[in-house]
Amino acid sequence: MAGFLLRRLVNYVVLALVATFLAFTLASVTFDPIGVLQQRNPPPPAASIEAKKRDLHLDQPIPQRFVTWMGGVVQGDFGRTIADRPITDELGRRIGVSLRLFLLGITIGILFGVLLGVVSAIRQYKFSDYFATLFSFILLSTPVFVLGTLLKMGAQGINDSIGTNVLIFVGEQTPGFQGNWFEHLGDRLQHLIVPTLAIALGQIAYYSRYQRSSMLDVLGSDFLRTAQAKGLTRRKALFKHGLRTALIPMATLFAFGFGLLVVGGTFTERIFGWFGMGDWLVTGISAQDTNVTATVTLFVAVCVLFSGWLADVLYAALDPRIRVN
Amino acid sequence: MTVILNEGDSAGTAGAASGSPVDAAPEPGKAMTRGRLVLIRFMRNKLALVGLAIIVAMYLLAFLGPLLTQWSYEDRDYTAFLQPPYADHIFGTDKIGTDMFALTMRGLQKSLIIGLLVALISTTVAAIVGAAAGYFLGVADKALMWVVDLLLVLPSFLIIAILSPWFRGKSWWLLVLMLAAFQWMITARIVRGMTLTLKEREFVKAARFMGQPARTIIAKHIVPNMASLLIIDATINVGSAVLAETGLSYFGFGVQSPDVSLGTLIGGNAESATTFPWLFLFPAGFLVVFVLAVNWVGDGLRDALDPTSTRVRKREKKDTKEKAA
Repeated sequence: MAGFLLRRLVNYVVLALVATFLAFTLASVTFDPIGVLQQRNPPPPAASIEAKKRDLHLDQPIPQRFVTWMGGVVQGDFGRTIADRPITDELGRRIGVSLRLFLLGITIGILFGVLLGVVSAIRQYKFSDYFATLFSFILLSTPVFVLGTLLKMGAQGINDSIGTNVLIFVGEQTPGFQGNWFEHLGDRLQHLIVPTLAIALGQIAYYSRYQRSSMLDVLGSDFLRTAQAKGLTRRKALFKHGLRTALIPMATLFAFGFGLLVVGGTFTERIFGWFGMGDWLVTGISAQDTNVTATVTLFVAVCVLFSGWLADVLYAALDPRIRVN
Repeated sequence: MTVILNEGDSAGTAGAASGSPVDAAPEPGKAMTRGRLVLIRFMRNKLALVGLAIIVAMYLLAFLGPLLTQWSYEDRDYTAFLQPPYADHIFGTDKIGTDMFALTMRGLQKSLIIGLLVALISTTVAAIVGAAAGYFLGVADKALMWVVDLLLVLPSFLIIAILSPWFRGKSWWLLVLMLAAFQWMITARIVRGMTLTLKEREFVKAARFMGQPARTIIAKHIVPNMASLLIIDATINVGSAVLAETGLSYFGFGVQSPDVSLGTLIGGNAESATTFPWLFLFPAGFLVVFVLAVNWVGDGLRDALDPTSTRVRKREKKDTKEKAA
């Protein structure tokens, strides 16, 4: 099993490198930072444009630029932004902001999604099943940028009716907030609720649909009947034998889901004014900043691949056949 | 985006439960063709019919809607800035006095055209490339599989966003091509898998032994046998293409001014959604309802074209289980 996981890991590292290289190349080809510089008014002197070109290594071929940048990354130096600030300084904080949102969103999404799917499957064609179906159908047709803005409007409505700002939907913390550790936590939580909902609702809808059909598959199987026939209660049979089997095909989906989440997170961060990685991608592309774009791509690739690898581990844990082979 | 809808299962199951694929008694003297059978099955699915009606209505509205109002999207009503909906402007006006109905119709038009074109192009490409890869195998096949893997790591949203400075200021046709270029791969992989099994069927072998060239075999024997899948896929792709386009346009990475799409309208007005909700709610509402309708139709088509799909068998299994219990 260790061999299997190691092989997958190597495969993923190669994929991440290729993805980053591709993004770096595409960005280098399409971005024109010097053009942006030249359009400034008053135009900067020729000498400083030349200096900028040298700083950005624009005189070198793209693969060489990539190797230079990657060499820095290996040593923990992600290069400089177009405004000449070190990326590494900002990176840690931004990753923290994004991961807080992503991990909470995906955890809630998986937990409630699986639960909703299982309940729908067990109570198939009951009212709750139809309701859950309609709910997820509407949510799956609602893009994050619409959902996020709707939640914002809802939060505003709730705040207005209560009279105080309970649900804060701008930023990830109150700037200059004074208070002890506990009050800080409360402040963060107030900021966290609405954006997390924006991410989690879509995830719940997505997972519950698949969990429902995979659970329905298992419900008709012989081994579940056998488990009940040998004296297990229905509940025990469903959760010990049924759910475990029904989760196996879901493991692959979790990896896919994370990719969706990263893109959705970009919208969420922009809508709610969180300065995370998704926000950085948008500002990076708008500023035609190759290094920032490549850094965010690397982050996305590592996230997707890590969740893919985690899915492999889950797979191995859930399905004994993989462990044996 | 494969979404499973319960209403669909019940419609499909009725056919399966009666023990014969033809449950609607054919009129005497008239043979039941496959086309008629599919049509009958589809017509029985209420949600799919509603979805189809909505889609047709939206396409009509997008092109005929502008005739319903005296205002054009270029007109400015200097007597009405930021007015909520009223008799003169049924969707209200924005801050420069443009009629929101005219503007929404124009955005709807662009989004729907882009969605349709992208779906047609990407499904065609997927059918050709997937069938060729599955039929010939070899290097092309390996490359295809690898590209699909890579796309999981490097979401197409990210790639198109990075490339956006390059097609800024150029025709929206470029955006259509970009969206199509990144949407065909996952379908191509499914097509490839189906080709692998079709290739071994007798009629394909017979054609091959009769000396038909590969090109003819693919066009005449392999692709027509996947028509169901391709039709369903093209339908679902319209929805995902519209979502992808609006998502990119939301950030200004997609449709560029002077063109307007639902995405640019939603993106431009999201900030003021809490104070001037009509600016945001109308474009967003059209988007969500359209995608929802597409998903319903896609689901109805899946049930009608492929009654042996997993869902129906699941229900049958459950029925036999209940009988046995």
